[in-house]
Amino acid sequence: MTPDIPRSWVLALAPEISLVILLLAVFLFDRLVKPTERRRVGLLTAWGAFAILLLTVGIWLVGGEPSTQTGLADSLMWGGMIRSDGVSLVFKLMFLVALAASSLISLDVERLQRGEFFALLIAATLGFSLMAASADLIMLYVALETASISSYILAGFATEDRKSAEAGMKYFVYGAFATSVMLYGMSLIYGITTQTNLYLVGSMVMNASSIPAEANAVLLLAAVMIVAGFGFKISAVPFHFWTPDIYEGAPTPFVGFVSTASKAAGFAVFLRVFSAGIFGAPDSSSMWWAMLVAMAIITMTLGNFVAIFQKNIKRMLAYSSIAQAGYAMIGLVTMSPDGSGATMFYLLMYLFTNIALFGVVMLVGKETNSVEMDSFNGLSRRSPHLALVMLFALLSLSGIPPTAGFFGKFFIFKAAVDAGLWWLALVGILNAFVALYYYLNVVKCMYLYRSDEEDKPIPVSRAVKVGLAVLIFFVLYLGVFAGPAFEWTREAAGAFFALAG
Amino acid sequence: MDPTIDQIIFLIVSILTLGAGFVVVTNRNLLYSALAMMASFLGVAAIYVLLDAGFLAAAQLLVYIGAISILVIFAIMMTRRLMQSTETSFNAQWGMGIFTALVVFGLFVAVIGNFWPLAPAAGQPLASGTAVPDGMLQDSIAALGRAFVSVDAFVIPFELASVMLLAAMVGAILVAWPKAEDEV
Repeated sequence: MTPDIPRSWVLALAPEISLVILLLAVFLFDRLVKPTERRRVGLLTAWGAFAILLLTVGIWLVGGEPSTQTGLADSLMWGGMIRSDGVSLVFKLMFLVALAASSLISLDVERLQRGEFFALLIAATLGFSLMAASADLIMLYVALETASISSYILAGFATEDRKSAEAGMKYFVYGAFATSVMLYGMSLIYGITTQTNLYLVGSMVMNASSIPAEANAVLLLAAVMIVAGFGFKISAVPFHFWTPDIYEGAPTPFVGFVSTASKAAGFAVFLRVFSAGIFGAPDSSSMWWAMLVAMAIITMTLGNFVAIFQKNIKRMLAYSSIAQAGYAMIGLVTMSPDGSGATMFYLLMYLFTNIALFGVVMLVGKETNSVEMDSFNGLSRRSPHLALVMLFALLSLSGIPPTAGFFGKFFIFKAAVDAGLWWLALVGILNAFVALYYYLNVVKCMYLYRSDEEDKPIPVSRAVKVGLAVLIFFVLYLGVFAGPAFEWTREAAGAFFALAG
Repeated sequence: MDPTIDQIIFLIVSILTLGAGFVVVTNRNLLYSALAMMASFLGVAAIYVLLDAGFLAAAQLLVYIGAISILVIFAIMMTRRLMQSTETSFNAQWGMGIFTALVVFGLFVAVIGNFWPLAPAAGQPLASGTAVPDGMLQDSIAALGRAFVSVDAFVIPFELASVMLLAAMVGAILVAWPKAEDEV
């Protein structure tokens, strides 16, 4: 018996299927390479990710873009498990870029030159991209666990390093707890509706007659519990406690990956689940909306103010990444295509920026065996190009033109003002000024301070050079030509709200 | 009102489950805690049987009692001197812990009990308007199996679970493998 599977279903999953093939290929290749050429495993991963990226873009261009015009019924595939729309495409491309860039950056780190590291990176990417595409609570949960389990192991990958082992353990314990709370929330949703598909649940909840009024309290409880799981992924306060320890202890290239791809995947499910209306209509009348706004404000403020006092650059970037999650949440709480598109653009620019940033931190940390702030002293004389990459990345994070970060913040604040949330935008802008202080502090170390080792440039391999150059190119490109990219993400985000289709 | 036989069994099983759970967190000896945990799992399996969820009960027996408990006991026996652990099972935050647990429990009972009444009116079955349809309970194991492999149902999560288990297995080997300097 051959099941009758439509071709579009297979094509929609082609990137994920290719990722599984790449994963197995990496395992095989790992056994074949000579011990002296270990870095080839990383190169294979990077090339593979690049090839899948081309494949995904190719399918998109040839097959016609999944647009908002496609009805809900056409975009739901595999029994309603996944949805192939603009959103899943945008996020899929983001994760593939993150995979390629992270493997380029990690392939010269000796203790990471193992097939397992890259295979787990691929498994995590697979989990992330299915998370972003999932339209069913069960699919969502399995995809999230695939990504999480791979991430726990990656965080503790350097088992000989106590800090890394501790990071892996903390990430695992905290993550398992957050996920189990989230699962409880999902089971409440199923108990009320006996459905797991987001859109079926959403239409039942928003259609007042199918659900008794007493269910609203249960729905709110479920929303709180599910936010605990998603908030952990995006490291929003008060689910952020793991962030500084994991960022400090885990291998630096992986931190670049987890801080961007994992956060993006968390926001993808956040946007999809809440805009599907499974807790009630996605607008500011719901009680959970106030909770999300409060979380956004606290996340931004706490992240920025604690970051000021950090001496270790990885801990500082951890708090900075908490703050960045707060800005991105502003776009989320507008509950409009504009705001969601702005959040997606923000995540896109954050991806290029942060992976480049952690690439430089990795290079400097490897050379100086320290990730304290003063190891960046005199970097502009020591390795002017690396300092320049770092400068642009920091400017982008603080939202200064001509970098992508400026437009990232601009679109988010504009969406908030358009939605009538000018006070929320104001909080964001004030926070951006606070953040400027600690970002420019690093710039000050690099350009104004001197160090004794200025005559010793930091060695950079060609692969890392290519990776950093491409990332910074996009940071600048999106900083100049942000319009088309924002249009693209905004149109994609329309799919969240085209529920009637 | 005379309790039915189901209710008596339910009471006994609940007391067993909760009592064993209490022993798990209060006993000073880790091994006894682990054994009490097995008893608690057994009680949960019995509750599944009472709910007509035969497959779930079997899975609970196999996975929780058969695998997880044995693993926990192995871990305790390999890492500690058996019967010698005398550390207290409470730390400085036990008061806060009990308070939080009770508040969360009260919240859950209040909210969920409001939707699925704990004490339904006389003559009303213990179910809300959106109970699981009867058809789903018939032949549930075969239906579950078909749902796992049909393209219109859960084949993608089912396949993805295999990738997840692969990742977990790789990770387990990675963590447990002797470090390079230990090798002879």
